[in-house]
Amino acid sequence: MLSFIARRLGLLIPTFFGVTLLTFALIRLIPGDPVEVMMGERRVDPQMHAEAMERLGLNKPLYAQYLDYIGDLAQGDLGESLRTRTSVWSEFLTLFPATLELSLAALLFAGTLGLTAGVIAALKRGSLFDHGVMGIALTGYSMPIFWWGLLLIMFFSVNLGWTPVSGRIDLLYDIPPVTGFMLIDSLLSDEEGAFVDALQHLILPAVVLGTIPLAVIARMTRSAMLEVLREDYVRTARAKGLSPARVVFVHGLRNALIPVLTVFGLQVGALLAGAVLTETIFSWPGIGKWLIESIGARDYPVVQNGILLIACLVILVNFVVDILYGLANPRIRHQR
Amino acid sequence: MNASTEVPVIDQSLLYPSPLKEFWQAFAHNKGAVAGLLFMLLVVFCALFAPWVAPYNPSEQFRDFLLTPPAWLEGGQAQFLLGTDELGRDLLSRLIHGARLSLMIGLASVLMSLIPGILLGLTAGFFPRLLGPSIMRLMDVMLALPSLLLAVAIVAILGPGLINTVIAIAIVSLPAYVRLTRAAVMGELHRDYVTASRLAGAGLLRLMFVTVLPNCMAPLIVQATLSFSSAILDAAALGFLGLGVQPPTPEWGTMLASARDYIERAWWVVSLPGLTILLSVLAINLMGDGLRDALDPKLKNAV
Repeated sequence: MLSFIARRLGLLIPTFFGVTLLTFALIRLIPGDPVEVMMGERRVDPQMHAEAMERLGLNKPLYAQYLDYIGDLAQGDLGESLRTRTSVWSEFLTLFPATLELSLAALLFAGTLGLTAGVIAALKRGSLFDHGVMGIALTGYSMPIFWWGLLLIMFFSVNLGWTPVSGRIDLLYDIPPVTGFMLIDSLLSDEEGAFVDALQHLILPAVVLGTIPLAVIARMTRSAMLEVLREDYVRTARAKGLSPARVVFVHGLRNALIPVLTVFGLQVGALLAGAVLTETIFSWPGIGKWLIESIGARDYPVVQNGILLIACLVILVNFVVDILYGLANPRIRHQR
Repeated sequence: MNASTEVPVIDQSLLYPSPLKEFWQAFAHNKGAVAGLLFMLLVVFCALFAPWVAPYNPSEQFRDFLLTPPAWLEGGQAQFLLGTDELGRDLLSRLIHGARLSLMIGLASVLMSLIPGILLGLTAGFFPRLLGPSIMRLMDVMLALPSLLLAVAIVAILGPGLINTVIAIAIVSLPAYVRLTRAAVMGELHRDYVTASRLAGAGLLRLMFVTVLPNCMAPLIVQATLSFSSAILDAAALGFLGLGVQPPTPEWGTMLASARDYIERAWWVVSLPGLTILLSVLAINLMGDGLRDALDPKLKNAV
């Protein structure tokens, strides 16, 4: 097992350096003069221009610039935002819990509903329910989620007035950030009704963000269950006279879960991409919205290292999923 | 020996169906795939003949008819079948012209990633010692970023616009082709027919393109369909974020972005472009499923 982890870690390091190369290149590949682009004006005063080049380290040879960049990263210095003058790392830390909360809620929604629908569809293969679930899943998989979000807002927020249109919580409430998770913070605070309000804010974005993972999980669960239910040990379990529920959940679902878990891991990347769109629609103050706003404001340090942080996050989650997968399935562990 | 023996003429087509016919039978078996194909044929027709099919010029503004509802609703005008947008432009015409753009973005980005992807994948498969792993590491780096975010990053560098959208989407879908081609090549490389052709003196290029590549095409065609649909989705998403094709070009995602402000008053300017995106992507995905079942039965139950 240790050698398996070591091998995977070995693969991780070149990937990480590759990503730093990519984010390093990002700011240098901007067509035209980077200082002019960043300041958003033409013909900058030559002295100011030189100073800016100096400050950004753009006047050194490329390899030295890259070494500087890696050196800064190694010291945990991710630069500071051009707009707010706060460090990129601390901005990331304050905004990330919002994205995490949204993503977890979305995964919870997608996971419970997707697993249930997938299992039932597999058990009732060929039935109307099965066809319905698969049709809905394919539709969900093809869904432009930015439009889906707008539709839900139009229906539930504008027409029915059930849920708020945007944000994480009503401005009336003053919630001190303890954990960064609004649901927990609102419970900790003694504001009345804050928790319900936070929940109402969370529901629509979570549904929107969870739609594509839901479709993928439902499809994957169904096909994994169908595969497993054909196995000999399931027939044996049935023949032994075990209750149908026990056969399905203990013998069937448990084994079908392995490929489903992998899909869960793969969905993390998709979730973060979806978060960019979902957060933009619902004005959810997370890293997705932060990134898009920074691109609009040509705040390149934020764009550069925000992307680096997200990439690291995805690499890390995939690494953990790989390890878990190796734990669950020895055949993966010993394969070269 | 001049006695001519009558050779009974056997209609070969009755013995073995031609590959094309066999393929069509398998494809037509999947009703969803046929429905998808029909819908896409309609979209392609509209896109090809947009100037003749669309009732109006997509940027012509009818100042007296701002935000007219679709014809079947109260206040609707028969001349604007799907209603008009905030500037009085005919929605149907814009959607039809948008089909042109979306299909073009899809086609261009698929070609721009399929061809380099196949070349890189073949190289990686044929040189498994040094070149292969380095190509694959590079692809891993690109896969570390979620596709839309990578596209956003690329557009952030290049600036928004139609061509940059295509480039960004092409770069984003590259790794899938490289991985698929390489995996297929590795599977074929040790087959007897490849060894035979090697022994017969086939050169590297011949081995790559004539011997091996045709046998790797099935998964690539399926992937090309799938990435065509995700290209349409990503292009619309970029347009929606204001990073893609810029207004007033009638791109579906861009249309949605500018319709956002009218969400309370005019549901049709919000609903119809999105519905068009959904239906097109759904149709292509249905077709992709059918293609996969017909070309690559091994994958039948994969997601």
